[in-house]
Amino acid sequence: MNEPVSLLERAVIAIERPFKEAVWDCRMCGQCILHSTGLSCPMRCPKTLRNGPCGGVRADGACEVFPDRPCVWVEAWEGSRRLPLWRDHADHLNPPVDWRLQGSSSWINLATGRDRRRPRGWVSEAADAQRA
Amino acid sequence: MRSAPSRLAALLRQGHFVVTAELSAIDSPDPAVTLNRAAALRGHADAVNCTDNTGAHVHLSPLAAAHLVSEAGVEPIMQLTTRDRNRLGLQADLLGAAALGVRNVLIMSGDDVSAGDHPEARSSYDIDSMQLVRIARTMRDQGTYLSGRRMESAPSFFIGAVENPFAPPYDFRPARLLKKVEAGAEFIQTQLVFDVPRLDAFMRRAGDLGLLERVAIIPSVAVPRSARGARFMKEKVPGVQIPDAVLRRLEAVPVARQAAEGIRIAVEIVNQLRDIAGVRGVHVIAIRWDEGVLTVIEEAGLLPRPLAGAGAAVAALP
Repeated sequence: MNEPVSLLERAVIAIERPFKEAVWDCRMCGQCILHSTGLSCPMRCPKTLRNGPCGGVRADGACEVFPDRPCVWVEAWEGSRRLPLWRDHADHLNPPVDWRLQGSSSWINLATGRDRRRPRGWVSEAADAQRA
Repeated sequence: MRSAPSRLAALLRQGHFVVTAELSAIDSPDPAVTLNRAAALRGHADAVNCTDNTGAHVHLSPLAAAHLVSEAGVEPIMQLTTRDRNRLGLQADLLGAAALGVRNVLIMSGDDVSAGDHPEARSSYDIDSMQLVRIARTMRDQGTYLSGRRMESAPSFFIGAVENPFAPPYDFRPARLLKKVEAGAEFIQTQLVFDVPRLDAFMRRAGDLGLLERVAIIPSVAVPRSARGARFMKEKVPGVQIPDAVLRRLEAVPVARQAAEGIRIAVEIVNQLRDIAGVRGVHVIAIRWDEGVLTVIEEAGLLPRPLAGAGAAVAALP
């Protein structure tokens, strides 16, 4: 984490980290998108893919890198089908990770909008990319 | 929208059924080695893929290979994985490729380092392939880097991505293809096709999503040289699914005749693929066996290829 941490943030992390680690095996990327990945943490993917599975998923749904673990994105897809809300979020293009936020509190980042900072040249909508 | 002066793009636009092949991985600093391997494919393939540390094994960089392939008079498709470079390195190589005249790029996450010869390495995976497709598209269409800073002029690319219809979650694959097209992909090369019915089902779903008009899908066909080689591919190459029926068919033939059987299998698959709506070409590959690739292209009746430069001439007709 490259940004200064306040006492408040430390206190929030003390609650957030054990809770989210226990429930979702959270990796504290600080820019949580669990709701759009069927509550399966994409940072557990060895390739930290935020936009869907790679092509290496095994026929039994296991991870390319760790054959004894299910693919994070197979779980994400199945999980997102079960959610009452946010099902279409699987179609959303998630922006590049801001690695400066690693280890910070995603709850605070959500409240402050820090997790919605984008590189200036990031175009989130396809229509914009085609407008040249 | 700027249209890319890629000959591959022009052939697809004109409705040709395109043929692409792959430069076998190069481990020589001698440019003659690359030039000769590229020249061997000239006249058989409309464009040739230059892989990026394929199978997570180190080889000649795709940027250098793509440059040499064009020197040999063959149009390159430069592959770029998000495994080995961060967002700075990737954008630098995209711009570098454009400066060297490379007009086709194929973006993917790449096999994990655990599959390769440096399993102890730290992977980059700073960004994912979907994000890089969008970044390449923005570089081309808006002339800016991800940071928002402007380049002196915008590079010109025909932007490709990959998809594996044979890996779970199967229902997600067409949706993920849509997402890649929305991100900016203009052509798709698929994982190796041995299971034609599954590819057919995938293409139908892609059609339902309206994708067949929006993206040129080019399935890959492998030419197995032996039953042992096919088994190796099935067990060791991530993402490759080979039905047991195909393995049994190769094993049923004496070793000396397995290469010929492999060619027959590949030709049959190419012919089946041509009948599937939305299949715009084939990508024919073999592991260090150019002769097998050339023979399949010949025997599948894919010759002669449209002449170099024919693209521009036909496009100029009223």
